[in-house]
Amino acid sequence: MKWFVGHLGQVGDLLVTHALLAVIPLIIGVVLAIPLGWLAHRFRWLRTPLVVSTGLLYTIPSLALFILMPLVLGTGILDPLNVVIALTVYTVALLVRTVADGLASVPDEVIQAATAMGVGGVRRFFTVDLPLAVPVIAAGLRVAAVSNVSIVSVAALLGIAQLGSLFTDGFARNFLDPIVVGIVACMLLALVLDLVILVGSRLLTPWTRSGAAA
Amino acid sequence: MIALREVTKVYPGGTAAVEGLSLVMPTGQITVLVGPSGCGKTTTLRMINRMIEPTSGTIEVDGRDTASLNPGVLRRGMGYVIQGGGLFPHRTVLDNIATVPLLLGWDRRRARSVAAEQMERVGLASGLAKRYPNELSGGQQQRVGVARALAADPPVMLMDEPFSAVDPVVREQLQDEFLRLQAELGKTIVFVTHDIDEAIKLGDQVAVLRVGGALAQLAAPAELLADPADDFVADFLGRDRGYRGLAFTAAPDLPIAPEPTVVLGADGDTARLTAAGRGWLLVVDQADAPLGWVQPTQLSGAVTRETLHRGGTVATVGGSLRAALDAALSSPSRRGVLVDDDGRLVGTVRAQDVLTEIEREPQRSPS
Ligand SMILES: Nc1ncnc2c1ncn2[C@@H]1O[C@H](COP(=O)(O)OP(=O)(O)OP(=O)(O)O)[C@@H](O)[C@H]1O
Ligand SMILES: [Mg+2]
Repeated sequence: MKWFVGHLGQVGDLLVTHALLAVIPLIIGVVLAIPLGWLAHRFRWLRTPLVVSTGLLYTIPSLALFILMPLVLGTGILDPLNVVIALTVYTVALLVRTVADGLASVPDEVIQAATAMGVGGVRRFFTVDLPLAVPVIAAGLRVAAVSNVSIVSVAALLGIAQLGSLFTDGFARNFLDPIVVGIVACMLLALVLDLVILVGSRLLTPWTRSGAAA
Repeated sequence: MIALREVTKVYPGGTAAVEGLSLVMPTGQITVLVGPSGCGKTTTLRMINRMIEPTSGTIEVDGRDTASLNPGVLRRGMGYVIQGGGLFPHRTVLDNIATVPLLLGWDRRRARSVAAEQMERVGLASGLAKRYPNELSGGQQQRVGVARALAADPPVMLMDEPFSAVDPVVREQLQDEFLRLQAELGKTIVFVTHDIDEAIKLGDQVAVLRVGGALAQLAAPAELLADPADDFVADFLGRDRGYRGLAFTAAPDLPIAPEPTVVLGADGDTARLTAAGRGWLLVVDQADAPLGWVQPTQLSGAVTRETLHRGGTVATVGGSLRAALDAALSSPSRRGVLVDDDGRLVGTVRAQDVLTEIEREPQRSPS
């Protein structure tokens, strides 16, 4: 506890970096996953290859991916870009299927009604399909957010500073306090992100809160 | 006018949903497409607004081949009520209804105010405007579907089983309101149903389709009942065709007998005196509207609501032969109650006299 009070500023900095490293890939990941998920939904023959290949990406161990990134991108080993891109890959891996499922959850008669009224193409996607897929996409996003928070800490092994550094630091000095503080901060961060997404999705989907059958 | 000429639709996989269908749907009238499940009703409807392209044949709307029109523009000019409602779950009632006006580029305020008018027109309380569809009853949802299709005042309405998802009482109410609305609006309506009674009630003309999408018969409802083209149509029309056909014949000058009455609340002695030995006595309210029958000899006190027998139906003078006959048959006294347009008692009629009138009717022949 004394250690924590003494290192408040440092823990705060690490927390902010950690949050950014987790959230930025999340946002880029959603933006990329929406068109990919749409492709998987729209062209049935694309679904299996897309979902399987992006799913496979998720099985690459994170440490390996962090180490591979500089080789692929030509970045320095300490460049945070490695983490951002690696986590974007994971986010996309998780969300392509979710987006495709979300779009598939839109009731057919709603789509037919939109078409019958002359709402088509891009307009229909953004005004009907996507808003109705939000609840499913948000659920996937919550999983991705929590997963990102935990994977970011692995990057400490490469020397990229964030909350994970508290683990490596505490472990190296055989000192428990930073480890405990790191774990608690990670959990809090994950909880807060989860809550933000939950509240955001509720705000975007007022219709799901009302009525008997949502 | 919508004209289908030799329209055929074969789905990939070889299902012939519609085959060689030629059909003219006159402007300002209700054409009902009716037939068993899978006979191609929805397919036909969707070929009209090009949600489905015909395999062969042409469809013209007011003399223009729809194949030459932009599908989006075509669809915005045709209200469509979809089987099962198809309301947007994420939009309020008002915004659902305002969909097409907004697409047409009206400003938001005007679109909303027109949507509010439509709500009133279809009998939706204005308090429902801000609700989401899942906060409405089935009947209310159907009304929103109709209001949404009407919103931009399209000359053509395509309606796919718009009233099928509600219970019979609500359905009947919606049908009556629909007819009242159509009398006011005079749209060209193509109405799909698998319910023959609905078809007969609503249609100016009824097209009966067979599985495979061929036209079995096209006729006005009365003619359909009187003269089914073949066994399939006759079977599909079902029983009691003669009786149901009477709904389309006005009862002209039935011999109407005056009927002695008591006002609700009268005492038993007055009732017995008025009845003068008849078994059943008609009870009316202060405005002379019939309420039901009583048996004066069974009365222990005054004529109250609890003592009333309400089994009898009431027919309007100048209404159909069916209504007059039913009034007589359903009355415990066998005297059918007739009222004027304001619901006031005119007199009673006997089944016998209605039958005499029916026999006097010239045999209807297909036109
Ligand atoms: N997209 C499709 N692909 C292949 N076959 C189809 C398709 N849509 C409909 N069909 C077939 O075409 C036939 C007519 O279908 P349609 O939906 O027009 O029937 P319907 O008369 O509206 O039936 P219902 O009363 O059940 O709504 C059916 O045999 C159906 O299985
Ligand atoms: Mg159908």
